[in-house]
Amino acid sequence: MIAVSRADTSVLGRWWWTIDRWTLAALLALIGFGYVMMLAASPAVAERIGASSRNMFFVRQIAYLGMATAVMVAVSMLSIREVRLLGWVGLGGSLLLVAATLVMGAEIKGARRWLSIPGLGSVQPSEFLKPCFAIVAAWLIAEGKLNRRWGATLLAIGLFLGIAALLKGQPDIGMLLVITAVFFAQFFVAGLNLFVVGFVGLLGLAGAGLAYMLFPHVQSRVQRFLDPSSGDNYQVSVALEAFGHGGLLGRGPGEGRVKNVLPDAHADFVFAVAGEEFGLVVCLLILALFAFVVVRGLVRLMHETDLFVVLAATGLLTQFGLQAFVNMASSLHLIPTKGMTLPFVSYGGSSVLAIAMGMGMLLALTRRRLSRAEDET
Amino acid sequence: MIPIPPAPDAAPPGRPELADAARNQVVKVTRPELARRAMLRRTRARLVIAAGGFGVLFGGVAFGLADAMVLDPAAPKRLQAMEQATRPAEHQPQRGVITDRNGEILAVSLPVTALYANPREIENPDAVARRLVTVLPQLDVERVTARLSGERQFSYIARSLTPREQQAVNSLGIPGLYFEQSERRAYPQGRSAAHLLGGVDVDGNGIAGVERRFDQRLRNNASEPLRLAIDVRVQLALRDAVQRAIAEFNGIGGAGILMDVQTGEVLGMVSLPDFDLSDPVRRDDLNVRREEAGYNPRFNRATVGVYEPGSTFKLLTAAAALDYGVVNIWSGFDASRPIRYGRFTINDFRGKNRWLALPEILAYSSNLASAHMAVAIGTQRHREFMVRMGMGSRLGIELPEAALPLIPRPQDWREINTMTIGFGHGISVTPLHVVTGVSALVNGGILRQPTLLARAPGEAAEGRRVVSERTSETMRRLMRLVVTAGSGRSADVPGYFVGGKTGTAQKTGPRGGYLENKRIAAFVGAFPMQAPRYAIYVMVDEPKPNARSHGYATAGWVAAPAAGMVIRSVAPILGMVPDTERLEEIQASISIPMQPARPAGTRAATPRTPAPAGQPAAPAATPVTTPAPAAAPARSAAVPPAPQREASLAPR
Repeated sequence: MIAVSRADTSVLGRWWWTIDRWTLAALLALIGFGYVMMLAASPAVAERIGASSRNMFFVRQIAYLGMATAVMVAVSMLSIREVRLLGWVGLGGSLLLVAATLVMGAEIKGARRWLSIPGLGSVQPSEFLKPCFAIVAAWLIAEGKLNRRWGATLLAIGLFLGIAALLKGQPDIGMLLVITAVFFAQFFVAGLNLFVVGFVGLLGLAGAGLAYMLFPHVQSRVQRFLDPSSGDNYQVSVALEAFGHGGLLGRGPGEGRVKNVLPDAHADFVFAVAGEEFGLVVCLLILALFAFVVVRGLVRLMHETDLFVVLAATGLLTQFGLQAFVNMASSLHLIPTKGMTLPFVSYGGSSVLAIAMGMGMLLALTRRRLSRAEDET
Repeated sequence: MIPIPPAPDAAPPGRPELADAARNQVVKVTRPELARRAMLRRTRARLVIAAGGFGVLFGGVAFGLADAMVLDPAAPKRLQAMEQATRPAEHQPQRGVITDRNGEILAVSLPVTALYANPREIENPDAVARRLVTVLPQLDVERVTARLSGERQFSYIARSLTPREQQAVNSLGIPGLYFEQSERRAYPQGRSAAHLLGGVDVDGNGIAGVERRFDQRLRNNASEPLRLAIDVRVQLALRDAVQRAIAEFNGIGGAGILMDVQTGEVLGMVSLPDFDLSDPVRRDDLNVRREEAGYNPRFNRATVGVYEPGSTFKLLTAAAALDYGVVNIWSGFDASRPIRYGRFTINDFRGKNRWLALPEILAYSSNLASAHMAVAIGTQRHREFMVRMGMGSRLGIELPEAALPLIPRPQDWREINTMTIGFGHGISVTPLHVVTGVSALVNGGILRQPTLLARAPGEAAEGRRVVSERTSETMRRLMRLVVTAGSGRSADVPGYFVGGKTGTAQKTGPRGGYLENKRIAAFVGAFPMQAPRYAIYVMVDEPKPNARSHGYATAGWVAAPAAGMVIRSVAPILGMVPDTERLEEIQASISIPMQPARPAGTRAATPRTPAPAGQPAAPAATPVTTPAPAAAPARSAAVPPAPQREASLAPR
C-alpha cells in the first residue's frame, strides 16, 4: 500500500484516506481482468474479421484501459459539486453528440450509434450519457424531494423523455432500457410511492409488451429465448458450449477452442471466453467482484445523509450492476440476448471510458467527509 | 481494514440528529428537517431492497454459471465439428493395400499431387519450362517445352510432387498450370515380391502380377486390404538362398517356391533376377540379346518358365507305379543296360549297371529303371496320371503370368514319350507345377490348387485325391531316403527331416535340341517328412561347375544346399522347432531300406517287363539320342511332338 501519512493534507493524501479503497481495489481488479480477457478473446476475433494484426484489439484496449484507470482516479478526486458540474456538462455534451449521431452517425448493423471524431476514432456518445444523466437526474430528484421544487422533478422526467426519444431514434433499445432502469431505481430509492412503483412496473410490462408487438427483432429475440430451437441462436449456443467446455477450472489461458468461432467473443460474449479458459472459479470471482462493488456500494449508502449522493450513487451502481447482469445473464441464456458490454472486461473504448467516468464519480461521491456543508464550501 | 465511515447518527456536534431528538425531547427540529429524516429512513429501506434485488440477480447468474459449466455443461458439438474440419482429411485410397499373410504391407497407394498443364493457356512454353525447371530440377527443359506446346488441353508435367514442390510451383504463379490430387503406388518391400505383385502403370492400373489379376478387386474394395498367402520373411529367405546359389555357381537366374502342402498356399515365390517395383525396369537394362539369354528381370521363372523337370519327375513315376500297383517297394527294374528305342538311346548318369530296387532307383536316380517303370505303368495310364497331377494344364494360380506346360498331345504320346517323361524329359512344366505335384504326393495324396491368397484359419482347402494315402506314405519314405542316402544329402537340416529329390536337366535351345553345359539344377522336397507341412522348390538356371563342387554343377551340389539353407532359416520363422530329441525314433519311422526285403508270403509284383525295342547298350559316355524336349522355355503354343535332335542326356 502506498505509504501516505494520515496527517498528509495534500490532495493526494486526502484522497487516499477518504476514498473507498475496497471498491477501488475491486474496480482495479476488474480492469486487470479486462487486460487478461482481451488477450484471451480478441486475437481470435481480430483474425476472423481479417484485421491487419492479431493484436489490434488488444493493443487498443491496453490504451483504453490505461486511460480508463486514469479517468477513474482523476474523477474520483472531484468534490461533490464538481461531480455535479461534470454531470451537467457531460449530459449537455453527450446529448448534443447523441443528437448528432442521428444526423451524421455512421450506420453499423442497422443503427446509428457511433460518431467518428477526428483524432479519437469512433465514439459512442450514449455511453457517456448514462453516468451523466444519473448524476443530473439524482440532483433534480433530490432537489424536488428536499426543496419541493416539483419543477426539478418534471425537468428530470422531461430530460428522460428527450433522451428516450433520441435513443429510440438511433435505435439503441438496450441503452434506453438501462437508462430507464437507472432512472426508475433512483425514483424508487428516493421513496417513490409503492403504488406508483407498482403502476410504473405495470407500465414497464406494458411497454415491454408493446415493444414485443411493435419491434419484430424484439419479438424474434424473445421467441428465440423461449424456444431455442425456433431460430438462429448461434451466439448463445456457442457461448453455452464455451462455458460447458471450460468446466470447473477451465481449459487454461489460451487453450480455449470454442472462442475461435464465438462471434463478439471480445465484446458481448467475453464472459463465455472467461468461462472456457479460466473456468467456473474465475467466473464466480468476476461475478463476485461486480456483486461486491454494487451491494457494498448500496449498503454503504445507508449511512449517507445526502439524498443527492444517495440517488446519484444508486444510479451509477444500478447502471454498473445492471449492465454486468444483463451481459452475464444473456451469455448464459438466462435472459433474452441483449448486446451489452461487461463493464471494464469487454472491448470498447467508449464503454470502458464511460464506465470509468461513472465509477470515478461514484468513488468521488462516496468519499468520507464530515458534512455536506464542508463539501459545499 | 474497512474504512467504515463514521455513523451518520454519530455526526459531529452542532448538527441535529434523530437519535438525539429521541433521547432529548427538548431539542427542536424544523419541519423540513424532520421530513428529510423521514425520507432518508425510507431511502435506506429502499436501498436494502435494491441491494437485495441485485443480490438475487447476481445469485441467479452464479447459479446459471454453475449450471452451465459444471452441473449440466453443454456438449461442445461445434468443437468436435470444428476439429474434424481442421484435422487433415484422412486419405481415402483409390486402390487397396496388398499385405502379406501377417499384414505386412507389400503395396500401398500414397496421396501425391500431380502437376498438369493446359498448353492452350501457356503463352510461352519455353519460358515456362525454364521457370519450372528452376523449382523442379528433375524435369528436362526440352521435354517440358514439348509437353507445354501444341493445341492439347491437357498434359501432365509431373506425376508426383511433394507438398514442398507443389508450394514452389504454385509460388511461381504461372497461369495454365494446375494441380491434381492423385496417387502413387509404393512398394515398401522393394524387390522381395516384385514378380508376384507385378506393379502398376503411371495411372495406377495393374500391369502384371497380383496388381493386374486383382485390379478390379483392389479398386472396388479399396478400404479392405488384399491379404496374400505370402510371408515376407519366407520371401526374403528364399531370395537370399537362391541368390547365393546363383552367385556361387555363376548361374543366370533361379527360382524358389515354398508351399503349404495342406492348403496350397504359396508362402514364398521368388524368381531371380528380379527388379525393384519402385524403380521400374528401364529400357536400357533390357537389351535384346541379354533378354534372349534369360536376363529379363521381369520374367517370372517360377510360373512362366517351363523347363524339363528332369529327375524330380521320377517321384511322379514312382508314385504312379506304386499307386497303380505296378511295383512294390521291394520290386525293381534292371538298369544294367542302356535302352535303345529306335534311334534313341537312354542311359544312366554314373549308373550302377545292375538291377535296382525301387528305393535305389530314386536314391541313385536311375533313368533306365524309371523308364522301365514308366513303361510298366503303361502309356495310357502314365499320361492319365500326368494329367491328373496337373501337368497338362495351368494351375490356376492367381497370376496373369502362368504358362501352360508343354506336354505331348494324347495322339502323339507314344511309348518313347512315356519312357522319357518317366525320368522327366520330353515334357516341360513350370517350377510351380513340380512343387504342386510333389505337395500332393507327400500330403496324403490330395492335389490342391496353389493359391497366392491367404486362406482364413480353419478354412478347408479343397483338393482332389490323386494317389492313395499308402502311396503317399511310401513316397515320403522314399523322398526321405534320397536326402539321407541319395543325391539330396546337402538339403538335410537336422531335426526337420527333409525329404526330396534332385533334378538336373539339360536346357533346350531356342530351336530345340539340348544345349551342352546349360542345365537347370533343381531340388524339390518337403519337410518334416513324418508329417509334411511345407514343400520347397529351389532351382538355379545354368549353374557353372566350380572347384568347390568338384567340377559338378548338378542339383545335388547346387540346388539341394540352397534348399537346406532356406529350410534352416524359414522353418523357425514358421514356428517349427527342430525335433532333435527323438531324432532316431522319428528317422526310424520314416526310413526305408535301399533294398527292402520282400515280406514272406507275398508274390513278387509282376511288372510288365519293359519292352524296349533296344539292343544291348552303348557305352554310357557316348552321346545318346533322345526325343527332343518339348520346347524352349517360352510360352509358345504346343510344339509338334518329339522331333529328333541330338543331345547328350545325362539327367541325374
